[in-house]
Amino acid sequence: MIWLTWRQFRMQAVVAAAALTAVIAALAVTGRGLSHLYGDSGLAGCQAPSDCGRLAAGFLDQVKASGTHYYAIFILGAVLLLVVPALIGMFWGAPLITHEFETGTFRLAWNQSVTRTRWLAVKLGLVGLASMTAAGLLSLIMTWWSSPINRAIDLPGGRTGAATLNRFAPLLFATGGIAPVGYAAFAFALGVTAGVLIRRTVPAMAVTLVVFAAVQVAMPLWVRPYLMPPLHSTTALDAASIPTLNITPTQMIITPADSQPGAWVIANQAVTAGGRAFAGPPPQACLSNSAPPAACPAAINRLHLRQALVYQPASRYWPFQWYETLIFLALALALAGFCGWWIRRRRLS
Amino acid sequence: MTSLLETHAVAKRYRHRWALADCTLTIPAGHVVGLVGPNGAGKTTLLHLATGLLAPTSGTIEVLGGQPAAGPAQLAKVGFLAQDPALYASLSVAEHLRLGAHLNPGWDARLAADRISGLGLDPAQRAGKLSGGQRAQLALTMALAKRPEALLLDEPVASLDPLARRQFLQDLMVAAAAGGLSIIMSSHLIGDLERVCDYLIVITAAQVRLAGEVDRLLSAHQLLTGPRRDRPSMPRGHQIIQQSYTVRQTTLLVRDGHPVHDPAWTSSPVGLEDMVLAYLSQPGGELPGPRPVLEVQR
Repeated sequence: MIWLTWRQFRMQAVVAAAALTAVIAALAVTGRGLSHLYGDSGLAGCQAPSDCGRLAAGFLDQVKASGTHYYAIFILGAVLLLVVPALIGMFWGAPLITHEFETGTFRLAWNQSVTRTRWLAVKLGLVGLASMTAAGLLSLIMTWWSSPINRAIDLPGGRTGAATLNRFAPLLFATGGIAPVGYAAFAFALGVTAGVLIRRTVPAMAVTLVVFAAVQVAMPLWVRPYLMPPLHSTTALDAASIPTLNITPTQMIITPADSQPGAWVIANQAVTAGGRAFAGPPPQACLSNSAPPAACPAAINRLHLRQALVYQPASRYWPFQWYETLIFLALALALAGFCGWWIRRRRLS
Repeated sequence: MTSLLETHAVAKRYRHRWALADCTLTIPAGHVVGLVGPNGAGKTTLLHLATGLLAPTSGTIEVLGGQPAAGPAQLAKVGFLAQDPALYASLSVAEHLRLGAHLNPGWDARLAADRISGLGLDPAQRAGKLSGGQRAQLALTMALAKRPEALLLDEPVASLDPLARRQFLQDLMVAAAAGGLSIIMSSHLIGDLERVCDYLIVITAAQVRLAGEVDRLLSAHQLLTGPRRDRPSMPRGHQIIQQSYTVRQTTLLVRDGHPVHDPAWTSSPVGLEDMVLAYLSQPGGELPGPRPVLEVQR
């Protein structure tokens, strides 16, 4: 059974291995350049948080600078890791069983001296493992490639300009670490299940894509935030540290600096001493043109505002990775079990 | 001795249609069984039930004493050749044999290799490029090399030309004679079945009409020819399967062992094809007698 599964999967495996090798080679070459950039930035030796913050900001600016291609590669890698599980589900999962139904070859397979439960288990196990390996390897090389960026972001004080590069951010979370392994296993099992239920390859591929994309959207929006209760911190707000200030005659929206390096920031706002969200009105000193420049921050400080931060700290990145991976592996196993039950029960003909 | 096929009140329903209803059969092992019936009568359904590709809606079915597809041992005992046998189009002939060797503990590699070379098939040829006859022969090779105790074939010769058909049936008979193999084969070519089968099942409209050893079935039926008469004066104690009239003469196909003493009737034996056709031409569900299934008492 292993031989037959391998023989049927051989072509796809070779294509995937070739594509993976090309991607790994490209990332290996550019990844060395990125570590040199990190080495030259002096981040490795920095001690004081303020120094590190300044150096990290400089390094991240360089990564994003248009002269280098690092940012483009970073985005491409992230997109690839979002797309690959969907491709696995569509092209490895959906046709796996459906193709045998469409061509009638399942009758040949099911009349050899091998139960159809084992037939399915070997197919699911082998191609499922290949799916997880492919996604895992891709994630491994991409995680290695972006490790200088993660180090710069996680340094004490190394927060600035990190929103689009932070691996804990909702959009990027599933593009590194071990989560892609779980996503790949789930997408594969989803494809097989869609194929078994629909019994036609192309519609099954379409359904796989739609459902998987929906899950990719639903996970960061409605599931991941509730895996662990977030931390709340309320600290005094120093007007000098405020990076953006949005002032109209009646409103003043303050966005405090995110003071947690590498954290997933869920909410970050200025609150009054009483704990209510602060939205204005601005002090007179900030509106008048005649006041000295230092008057506005001083006036803001006199409001005794505080920064209310809701966040998942950087130290929870790996627990979250494990949770998410295990959730998807459990879903994949449940789908595989369903397929087995369906095939035994339905006695398809 | 276990039966080749034993069914008890087996029925299979697809959504609104009964594909097989109340089918009770006991076929001893060692026979070559012909399964006859018009298209859509339930032949394929019965064979799929026997291989476990389908599960019955109600009733029980056993093949060689075991539930169909219950486990590896049962699967190894039963070979199946589907109608228009599907092979893996991208796999070569040799790879199909390798597949069989990997998936069947009792695989007879020598028999497979001998048959392939005897058929003149190129082992490197992809199955998708084979002709219909070659595909059927490769599928038969796989089913035989598995060394099953029972071989079920669904319209195996339907797509073959007359020469390939003869070759195929000949190979099948050689294998049956050599290995003590029981065979159930569906076909609507009665002539083919007449040559190879010693047991017959007739199915029409989802019901088994006739089942028994060919010799006994033939001796249980007779053709009566006599003057044209109305029904009440026809010979009593006989079950009339078919009646046909000319202006002066009545011909009856009757089923019963007793000789007819009325000198008005002349009795003559009936041929297999005529007997089967008589049963096939009967409208469904209107067989005379309380029980439609006629089995020859042993």
